[in-house]
Amino acid sequence: MTTVPTKTRPSLISAVRNINLRAYGMIIALVLIMILFQVLNVTLQNENFITPLNITNVILQNSYILILAIGMMLVIVNGHIDLSVGSVLAFCGAMSAIALSDWNWPWYVAVLFAIGLGAVIGVWQAFWIAYVRIPAFIVTLAGMLIFRGLTLKVLDAETKGTTGTFNELASGYHFLGVDLRVPTLVVGILGAALFVFFAVRSRNRQVKAGIAASSQTTWLLKTAAIAAVMLAAAYTFYSYKGLPIIGWILLGLVLLFTFIANRTVFGRHVYAGGGNEKAAMLSGVKTKETTFWVFVIMGALSGLAGVIVTARLHAATPGAGNAFELDAIAASFIGGASVTGGVGTIIGAVIGGLVMGVLRQGMQVLGIATDTVQIILGLVVLAAVLFDVWNKKRATGGGLMPPIVGTTPGGSGDAKRKAKEGVDAGSTKAGTVSATTDDKPIS
Amino acid sequence: MSEDILRMRGITKRFPGVLALSGVDLGVKRGTIHALVGENGAGKSTLMKILSGVYAYGDFEGEIEFDGSPAQFKNIRDSEATGVVIIHQELALVGELSIAENIFLGNERKRGGVISWDRTNGEAARLMQQVGLHDNPATLVEKIGVGKQQLVEIAKALSKDVKLLILDEPTAALNDSDSENLLELLRQLREEGVTSIIISHKLGEVLSVADRITVLRDGKSIETMETDAGAVTEDRLIKSMVGRDLEHLYPPHEPKVGKVFFEINDWTVYHPEQRDRVIVNKASINVARGEIVGLAGLMGAGRTEFAMSVFGRSWGANISGEATMDGKRLHLRNVPEAIDSGLAYATEDRKHYGLHLDYDLRENFTLPGLDRLSKRGVVDQDKVNSVSERLRTEFGVKAPSVYSLAGNLSGGNQQKVVLGKWVFTEPELLILDEPTRGIDVGAKYEIYELIHKLVDQGKGVLMISSELPELLGMCDRIYAMSAGHITGQIERANATQEELMRLMTLETASGGEEQRQ
Repeated sequence: MTTVPTKTRPSLISAVRNINLRAYGMIIALVLIMILFQVLNVTLQNENFITPLNITNVILQNSYILILAIGMMLVIVNGHIDLSVGSVLAFCGAMSAIALSDWNWPWYVAVLFAIGLGAVIGVWQAFWIAYVRIPAFIVTLAGMLIFRGLTLKVLDAETKGTTGTFNELASGYHFLGVDLRVPTLVVGILGAALFVFFAVRSRNRQVKAGIAASSQTTWLLKTAAIAAVMLAAAYTFYSYKGLPIIGWILLGLVLLFTFIANRTVFGRHVYAGGGNEKAAMLSGVKTKETTFWVFVIMGALSGLAGVIVTARLHAATPGAGNAFELDAIAASFIGGASVTGGVGTIIGAVIGGLVMGVLRQGMQVLGIATDTVQIILGLVVLAAVLFDVWNKKRATGGGLMPPIVGTTPGGSGDAKRKAKEGVDAGSTKAGTVSATTDDKPIS
Repeated sequence: MSEDILRMRGITKRFPGVLALSGVDLGVKRGTIHALVGENGAGKSTLMKILSGVYAYGDFEGEIEFDGSPAQFKNIRDSEATGVVIIHQELALVGELSIAENIFLGNERKRGGVISWDRTNGEAARLMQQVGLHDNPATLVEKIGVGKQQLVEIAKALSKDVKLLILDEPTAALNDSDSENLLELLRQLREEGVTSIIISHKLGEVLSVADRITVLRDGKSIETMETDAGAVTEDRLIKSMVGRDLEHLYPPHEPKVGKVFFEINDWTVYHPEQRDRVIVNKASINVARGEIVGLAGLMGAGRTEFAMSVFGRSWGANISGEATMDGKRLHLRNVPEAIDSGLAYATEDRKHYGLHLDYDLRENFTLPGLDRLSKRGVVDQDKVNSVSERLRTEFGVKAPSVYSLAGNLSGGNQQKVVLGKWVFTEPELLILDEPTRGIDVGAKYEIYELIHKLVDQGKGVLMISSELPELLGMCDRIYAMSAGHITGQIERANATQEELMRLMTLETASGGEEQRQ
């Protein structure tokens, strides 16, 4: 096969055309949705939608979904699913409220207690999933019932109120007496500067090694756009009350988990195991151990989200977190996770959660009824996955529908691989294949 | 009726960043067997996918004329309605359905929307007779061998009134006698007026069955030869395929065999599900530094199972036996331990077990050796980039950059990536399981050279292959395996195909089962 070098015309148009839609599609979608609501609001109600207040509200109202989505992305990338996060969240939230109100523990101990409890629950579920190899769907479905039941039990089906600094975590703007307005602006500017610095440094190294990933113009556009968004966001929050405490927590989690996902051996193993478990195993990846820790992390994040939900409501309620798992899963898929595992980014999950949050907020401001909002959100999830399918085909040059037999030159689509595996099962070679799949002596 | 049943003119097909076909011409005479040969990535499969409507009309440039009229297939249904049927390398059969159901899948024999089982089974039996398949039509497809499954595919094609039958690597997974049966069937169908196009890497079989041969290279049609002229030989074909003289199939190499450093003694492995079945029975082998040791055996002899069980117990149960390197006993309880002990295993199944097809070269190259590129669990991305780029050039992987997806490479280049990722872990012993399966002649040569380079550095190589000439051409010593037993070893100087085959088919005392299910 002859390889034609991709033309590198340094024009703006080709730079725009070369933008990786999978990576940036949802950011673009998020911006477009915000502009759409802005236009609708101005024409219909003669009000701005993009205001510091509204933006802050989107963060506040969706913070716990975003926390869950970060963990859920890791779970889905690793090729699993977690249906129990809503119940685990409720249970951990309830226990934190009990620790705070009944046992009179200091707020930070109650918070750590909830996170630790979540991690322990994660260990329980991870054991069955990773080592006993019961499908995550089943284990976490069971967990969904178990921990909802436990929540009802410990709360006696009643609401338990919380007071003090604890509640500030979900909506406060002062941390330990410090006003967070100025720090918001400072960190925003510093962050943008650092981002540009690191982007330039890594670009230079790539160019030096002769393996630049994109053209100069594409890179410039991308870097400038991201820095601009960072500055704009910082200024927006600054002009209201500053980034709320939960915003800082989220920011920290996004940075931490993006780092873990991209730059640690554990993170790369999460992807490798989800992308092709057998190949990963034969490459020396401890896939069981990796999966185990993914679920422990998910549990701990559920615990943290439980604290935030409780703090936000100023009370732990038996019904807290109901159906949150579905929002978290939807956020991951909107944010570009692949249904078959192996693909997805932390920032994508957050963007996916924000897309849902902005849609909710926007429609609420416009006075659209919640039933309609549900329908529209459902369609958005479908559209996001459809977009992903289309985008994949665009990259490999096929039609929208999966081909009967692989159409790509070497074959890269999941559809093709699945189709092939189905075919293989029919041949006698299946003996070797399934034997290796079913019984895993690798431990 | 014109003499040519098919004329393809100026076929050009582009994939993003790749020109797969460039102005290909192909004419196929009615009632002949026409072979299409070329290296992997030469564009054979792409051309056939265009012909069979997998790539819709309009997705490519050029003209197709079939049976005297222009053909504009939008999908496989269109092409099949016209009488063009393609049988892919990966068979499109449903294992859980019967032979008869598979034959009429999508084309069911029915009366008023209800399936008529009498007609289904009756007509299937007739078609099966025609292709020489003497099983019960109600037998499940998963219960019959690959050779018979090929026949089912052909029967399925016949049920659609096929005029032009396209077979993509039909004998790749077949043993010699099944292959010969299949080729005989093609000759018989030719007598009945069915034209066939066959894509194959096996040049001997191409020369024996084809009336005409078209060579593709780098997406271009190079030449078409008539075989009855008698002037066409394998060498002639290879020359045309690779575009240069290939002096020998195997690069010259002066073996520098050192001391034995790796030994396995009394290695026994049981089947993971049927715990009382012995798959590998007290196997003992050794490998010296700088030595290429072959492992020959028929399908089901237990070669891959042996190799994988050694490589960190990746297969099997109840594994016993002793492995030593430089006199020290190795602990090989899992893959990471095996890698740390200096072992590497390049699997026979690149796509499923060897690579992450959806990931780029960097991810693939560095996965097993990621620990070397990280400090306290944090990966040094700059190192990953530079190491990947170095491996890409060193192993001659033909890909635009290290950001290319492994799934978009040809088989030969994928294999180079697999080798690269293992060489980066600096193993002492490389186990190569069918390292050249499904790879074209030119890339094979490069793989052989890479293997030579490795042993010249004092490493040991254990090479499993189903191609006896390859073992004879490459190995310094060859073990033969039959039904889980090592039945003998031959030095290169004394090795012949006949002697190897004798050892590979040796009946052993415990009597193994040939067919694994």
